[in-house]
Amino acid sequence: MTTLTGPQPTAGGVRPHGYVVADAVTMMRRNLLHMIRYPGLSVFTILGPVVILLMFVYVFGGTLGAGLPGVDPAGGREAYIAYVMPGILLITIAGSAGGTATTVSMDMTEGITARFRSMAISRASVLAGHVLGNTIQALIAVTLVLGVGVLIGFRPAADLLEWFAVAGLLIFISFAITWIAVAMGMQAKSVETASNWPLLLTFLPFLGSGFVPTESMPTWLQWFAQFQPFTPFIETVRALLLGTPLGWNGVLAVIWCVVITGIGYAWSMTIYERKSVR
Amino acid sequence: MNIPAIDVRGLRKSYGDKAVLDGVDLTVAPGTVTALLGPNGAGKTTTVHILSTLIRLDGGVAFVNGCDVARDPDGVRAAIGLTGQFSAVDGLLSGEENLQLMARLRHLGAKRSKTRVAELLEQFDLVEAARKPLATYSGGMRRRLDLAMTLVATPSVIFLDEPTTGLDPRSRHTMWDIVRALVVEGTTVLLTTQHLDEADQLADRIAVLDGGRIVAEGTPEQLKRLVPGGHIRLRFADADGLGRAASLLADSTPEDAALELAVPSDGGVGTLRTVLSRLDEAHIEVDDLSIHTPDLDDVFFALTGRAEPEDTPS
Repeated sequence: MTTLTGPQPTAGGVRPHGYVVADAVTMMRRNLLHMIRYPGLSVFTILGPVVILLMFVYVFGGTLGAGLPGVDPAGGREAYIAYVMPGILLITIAGSAGGTATTVSMDMTEGITARFRSMAISRASVLAGHVLGNTIQALIAVTLVLGVGVLIGFRPAADLLEWFAVAGLLIFISFAITWIAVAMGMQAKSVETASNWPLLLTFLPFLGSGFVPTESMPTWLQWFAQFQPFTPFIETVRALLLGTPLGWNGVLAVIWCVVITGIGYAWSMTIYERKSVR
Repeated sequence: MNIPAIDVRGLRKSYGDKAVLDGVDLTVAPGTVTALLGPNGAGKTTTVHILSTLIRLDGGVAFVNGCDVARDPDGVRAAIGLTGQFSAVDGLLSGEENLQLMARLRHLGAKRSKTRVAELLEQFDLVEAARKPLATYSGGMRRRLDLAMTLVATPSVIFLDEPTTGLDPRSRHTMWDIVRALVVEGTTVLLTTQHLDEADQLADRIAVLDGGRIVAEGTPEQLKRLVPGGHIRLRFADADGLGRAASLLADSTPEDAALELAVPSDGGVGTLRTVLSRLDEAHIEVDDLSIHTPDLDDVFFALTGRAEPEDTPS
């Protein structure tokens, strides 16, 4: 056995705050590596929304499209592809939250997480690593699902600037939802129950303007649909991709993103701290 | 005087009504190996987890490398390495990727990371398995990788929580060699173990922990002298010699068939000299002589007051 001890990392005590960003990137790379090695969960987060898309377009699409205001019943299915696509994209993001919560919950039980806690790494970096990795994963899923949509006849009318706006918004929404999903994963008592809470998120596009106009709902449901975050998310994406009226939806969407990110960050940091030091 | 590498006074921790640690005092000098010996449930892992900032202490003070674990956990974290009972490796990555991850988190820089990772793979005999997924690793390989990850940077204090539990004898000896090599280079090691031979083999000092308290502390030799059971064994040429010696030496136990006599002894040279000079004066010939000091098993059972370690989770 030759020398076991290597170079000193940095003179004196290494303080974590100096390396928050670098460590978050390291943790993100670790997450992406997991995704590449074990793509099972990622494949599922893409297949799910694709199945919903195909079902809604080819099973319900003819009838639902014919019922949309100002649509010629003969072209119902084509009109419905355009109408449902923003909702499907948001369902993809919401659905990826389940995968995020599951992987985070699994990771919490891994010995390596205990090691991270005994090292001089900022707590925020560990969480941010999960968030960044899973946000990228969600965006890949959104892109692929959008690709399937284009294959079956979705024709967005957006110009280059609007495309950038859509991309930016979807990134921000994914980031916000992933923070919440990380918190849910941390909160879960076991890996089996980790995806229960995020499952509720995937219902929200249905209870908003994702699949049918909210005007067709009973009043109490309309009220809920109007004030939940997924309606402005969907309406903003729809306005940018298809030129429907935007109104206040863009502003509301961004505000919701900020709020959700804030809650998710505070929530997950609190639980991580509580679980770290007993 | 040097600052102790580990300095613990009056350490207390309880979960609900159950006091796990009930006033632990422990000092570890830099560059030495101290073994924390005790049965399951004695509080060994709890002590290590408090010192490595994973658990908050309820009472008392604890310093590692001069940093207060309660007030300056980041200072402690920067100085320590922990290899626990749990396998602290990323099971979804390869061995090499695990080491690279540690190198990045320790901010070694690209070039130094590369050399350090290669070095550790070589030293811990993991070169062949470096790129293979961890699922294919044996228990010994995982443990070696685990320790290698702890050593990517140079922690000045290393906690080894039952480092050889579940390893086969060969892997165990490899682990011992690694620990000895670390100490040669000046690293302080606090290891917990239930194996008495392990403490005897590796440790400069042993602290016996039982029921949340240190019940004995000292070098392995000092501890062995604490418990009865040491004796001088004399063999004689004939039954006559045995008989006369037995009547001469009080408290001795003759074993007629073997022509042997066991004389109680504290293991010190004084007792031996007395015994031999008395036999000499009585002109009794001694054929053979051996000294038996109690082994650590005797110490362990005598101090922890149990016939065998209880099987409660620690």
